[in-house]
Amino acid sequence: MAKAATKLNAPAKKPKVKAITVAMTGNAGCALAMKQINPDVVAAYPITPQTTIVEEFATYVANGAVDTEYVNVESEHSAMSACIGASAAGARVMTTTSSQGLALMWEELSIASAMRLPIVMHNVNRALSGPINIHCDHSDSMGARDMGWVQMFGETAQEAYDNTIIAIRVAEHEKVLLPVMIMHDGFITSHAIDRFDVLEDDVVKKFVGEYEPKQALLNIDDPKTFGPFAMPAYYFEQRRQLREALDGAKDIVLKVSKEYGKLTGRSYGLFEEYRLDDAHIAIVVMGSTAGTAKYVVDQARAKGIKVGLLKLRLFRPFPAAEIAEALSHLKAVAVMDRADSIGALGGPVYMEVKAALYNSKKRPHVQGYVYGLGGRDTGPDQIETVIDDLKKIARGTEAPREQVTFLGVKG
Amino acid sequence: MATIKELSKREDLLSGGHRLCAGCGASIAVRQVLLGANAPVVAGSATGCLEVSTTAFPFTAWKTPFIHNAFENAAATISGVEAAYQALKRKGKIDKDVKFVAFGGDGGTYDIGLQSLSGAMERGHDMVYVCYDNEAYMNTGIQRSGATPFGAATTTSPAGKVRAGKPQQRKDLTQVIAAHNIPYVAQASVSHWKDLIEKAEKAFAVEGPAFLNVLAPCPRGWRIKSDETIEIAKIAVQTGFWPLYEVEDGEWKLNFKPKELKPIVDFLKPQGRFAHLFKPGNEHLLEEYQEQVNKNWAQLKKRCGVE
Repeated sequence: MAKAATKLNAPAKKPKVKAITVAMTGNAGCALAMKQINPDVVAAYPITPQTTIVEEFATYVANGAVDTEYVNVESEHSAMSACIGASAAGARVMTTTSSQGLALMWEELSIASAMRLPIVMHNVNRALSGPINIHCDHSDSMGARDMGWVQMFGETAQEAYDNTIIAIRVAEHEKVLLPVMIMHDGFITSHAIDRFDVLEDDVVKKFVGEYEPKQALLNIDDPKTFGPFAMPAYYFEQRRQLREALDGAKDIVLKVSKEYGKLTGRSYGLFEEYRLDDAHIAIVVMGSTAGTAKYVVDQARAKGIKVGLLKLRLFRPFPAAEIAEALSHLKAVAVMDRADSIGALGGPVYMEVKAALYNSKKRPHVQGYVYGLGGRDTGPDQIETVIDDLKKIARGTEAPREQVTFLGVKG
Repeated sequence: MATIKELSKREDLLSGGHRLCAGCGASIAVRQVLLGANAPVVAGSATGCLEVSTTAFPFTAWKTPFIHNAFENAAATISGVEAAYQALKRKGKIDKDVKFVAFGGDGGTYDIGLQSLSGAMERGHDMVYVCYDNEAYMNTGIQRSGATPFGAATTTSPAGKVRAGKPQQRKDLTQVIAAHNIPYVAQASVSHWKDLIEKAEKAFAVEGPAFLNVLAPCPRGWRIKSDETIEIAKIAVQTGFWPLYEVEDGEWKLNFKPKELKPIVDFLKPQGRFAHLFKPGNEHLLEEYQEQVNKNWAQLKKRCGVE
């Protein structure tokens, strides 16, 4: 794959359509995108920090701004259950959740993907209990990483808005037909007011188009059985098909993002490479912390330190080959995870990046960090220590640590 | 109510050749309920005997659109299907009138699926929920549920030296759902086919949610012969163990009023699951049983305004 094709946030081109600059929270941006998509069915349940999305959307429903059937379910398990029913019926379906809500949906997540239902869901990242905590980390969505969903992480409100619209086209693409989970960081992105550009309603309407499923329960004259019982003679092949579909979603994410880029001037790839080409060391990170990290990278660059950054956008399917290619020229890489994979080698992104590099002829040392659990603030100072570590590893004065390093933890 | 001649001309939406046991009450309940739909219908089922026995890939016994999702969410799933229908109809993408029905066993309804059912009923979806109540988790090998009656031996409430089967009374789910104040709630039995199909017709005809609790004996779990399903279900009604009644827009109506109830032992004695109750020393349990049935019957008659 051409390297350029994977690059995120390529220099903005002139948009073909009118941009409307707004100042609103990330959640309000997501609710606005949902309004503009005007899904047939939304079945959702409130949970912090996602709640303001369902509240905003409820206001759109109450004012007749959408003609969505809005199902106020009694739990997240029923939210995803109703979404599965509605999507199988042939409707365009969206929902939204966080943390414990996603955990309660767990059983349904793998059924949604196995039934190949293009449901689009925001998961506004929040730490998993316990202790109960409402603030950001990525442990909720990381717990769902093997569920057969496409998973995209956004850094900013702009990306949360754009990813929502792109996700519809990815999910419903005939080569994908899989649910898509879109992440942005709880409170940091969800509740902070940001300045970003949105599209006009009819531009979004045209971009997402009409959903016309080939199979639907409501094709009453062509009765089909959905969700049958599959014994060992059939189950395995079905799971392989699921993997093939999810692997294939990578190209569709790129294709749809490119089309979106031509329209809006905002280009997205599988990840963003920031000052990476001539770098000797680099940080891999996802979500809002990428913004802080870019600032620290700029500061270090001003001091002559050749550091870069790779911000992962698409986590599932994991773009292993592209990441290996993007990082292979480096001497040392730090992977920052906002989730721990307790008992494993390190955080989930760290393990994937390290494994992706293993078969490369040239590969950097890789060191893993876990940061910001339960909303612990991650300031420039923490990222500076990461760069200091990388410098020592790159010089060969220090060996990379085998154990994961916790940033900003007390005691 | 359609005549039996008319019913005989309606297409069976659950075909033969499925893998349910001989004498299974579940398929009888499903076929009778679907006869009452008399319109295009989308069916769903909770995980359980009905689902595993009718959808073993690549076969299906369903001649109508069918969805299985998981164990505890047949109601939520069909509520989503119904929501999609409302949306697509409003947008002019569907012009047909379609009915929606969810089936669940008693485990999937009384226990693990109760929240999902309660939510769907409260939200007012235009759907019918049917519990085929065989009084235990039969699919996994006869474990006790909230619907298992007092004294029944199951694999998780066996009769032993110090325990005489399930020590608790079953919950009265029909009344729990009636308390949701939905348009139509009824209790029926596979033995009384005319009553059941009439109730199904009413359930499908009302606008909004309807609930049917249908007694559907399981020969394996009840330890009866496979040709005794209908007979034992009939005795359940005649003894007052399973009264037939309906709640239509808040009006309670008893549908079967014998002059005198048959003694409960007539229902218990033929079933292996109650055999231990007839051992010497357990006479007091049978007396307790009769008293409980009498009490429940008197309360129900009072609610239905029957002297």
